[in-house]
Amino acid sequence: MYNPQLTEDGKLRHLLSIEGLPKTIINQILDTAESFVGVAEREVKKVPLLRGKTVCNIFFENSTRTRTTFEIAAKRLSADVINLNVSTSSQSKGETILDTVDNLTAMHADMFVVRHAQSGAAHFIARHVQPHIHVINAGDGRHAHPTQGLLDVFTIRRYKPDLHNLRVALVGDVLHSRVARSEIHALTTLGVPEVRVIAPKTLLPEHVERLGVQVYHDMTAGLKDVDVVMMLRLQNERMAGAMLPSAQEYFKTFGLTQEKLARARPDAIVMHPGPMNRGIEIDSSVADGRQSVILPQVTYGIAVRMAVMSILAGNNG
Amino acid sequence: MTQPIDKLPDAEILLADLAAQLKPVITADTALVGIHSGGVWMMERLLPLLEKNLGHPIEHGRLDVSFYRDDFGQRGLHQDTKPSQIPFEVEGRHIILIDDVFYTGRTIRAAMNELFDYGRPASISLAVLVNRGGRELPITPQYCAHEMQLPAARNLQLMQDAQGRFHFTLEESD
Repeated sequence: MYNPQLTEDGKLRHLLSIEGLPKTIINQILDTAESFVGVAEREVKKVPLLRGKTVCNIFFENSTRTRTTFEIAAKRLSADVINLNVSTSSQSKGETILDTVDNLTAMHADMFVVRHAQSGAAHFIARHVQPHIHVINAGDGRHAHPTQGLLDVFTIRRYKPDLHNLRVALVGDVLHSRVARSEIHALTTLGVPEVRVIAPKTLLPEHVERLGVQVYHDMTAGLKDVDVVMMLRLQNERMAGAMLPSAQEYFKTFGLTQEKLARARPDAIVMHPGPMNRGIEIDSSVADGRQSVILPQVTYGIAVRMAVMSILAGNNG
Repeated sequence: MTQPIDKLPDAEILLADLAAQLKPVITADTALVGIHSGGVWMMERLLPLLEKNLGHPIEHGRLDVSFYRDDFGQRGLHQDTKPSQIPFEVEGRHIILIDDVFYTGRTIRAAMNELFDYGRPASISLAVLVNRGGRELPITPQYCAHEMQLPAARNLQLMQDAQGRFHFTLEESD
């Protein structure tokens, strides 16, 4: 079957979604990221792998943190980095996505990191680009955010190396979360035996159990004996609709407090992809507590993005 | 040719020989750095030999030079990279790089570039079991247990058996 992410000989050409990635490639990315963790602790935090390459961060939708981590990752690989916030530039003058991409290609860009509010935007660009250009999906609509999924799995693996013996719970707005989808695919592909989702019915996609997860609607049962609690960001704008009664009500039922966390295993870790809504999906005492690995997630995110970029850049036919 | 190709040197004898060459040059400022993977195996065997009667442990680390290779553009990233670990202060240290086979010198160039990203060593020297000829850069080992000439089509590799003993294999290169 044609897989737009892979070259003819099965190497990673673009990173568009974790869905459809072979386990060997996911493991190659995670193992390579291990080597990049140490680079950040050295006197010189750079390696010369992408010297002379140009990475374009094309953000059709704002995301300061994701853009910053991709920028740092590319710079630590010695690439030159161009940041384009297209929402505020040429698209407002009527230029199409493909014209933007063609113009950057004419400037000899080697890699595009794409963020777009529409699902499928990164796939669309990947189908269009010349063979030597690589595309990384940095989040497209509700569809996927593969590097976030990979960095979450990487973080889990660092704290809980035996993935075949884990219970992982994802809590919150699964419906609107591209992160949740990417995480579920990564966890099940790597053989995590039990993935749970905990959310109100209004924030779960239909047939979510087909992704291979167990569904819970309350925290007490859902968090029992889990090893990893992955909180999802509650999109504030969803509050405006009829999906949730109020932030206070949500926090009472689905917000992660020390009391609810006590249902999990005593050595469970707490994760959050950021940015956090303190007091809505997570209590500050948990976010800053001893079980929180939220800041290590950010640090590892750079190593994982360095791994993805260097593997892609090396696969040129 | 110093030796016919079908007769490979005994890697265990060469290791003992190399240990004897290194023993007199080890000081308190020396650090050993093995290059993955053969050089790391060698370093693990050399450390107890060199620390014997020394009175102090020898600082040591390991390098995987995948991120510094000059053939990344042609061959891409190595499939199986291992983290580099330099758990000591490189600044001012006399570093002995350890590798199994010296060939073109490109791996050593990459290793030196990586080391300098940790700090400025006082000196770097190179210890290998075999210099197989064919260098392409102005780099040569200071400590070497054996020299031989091999055609480019052959790949000399250090292997380690289940008991940790070393031997060489010679294969057609890809």
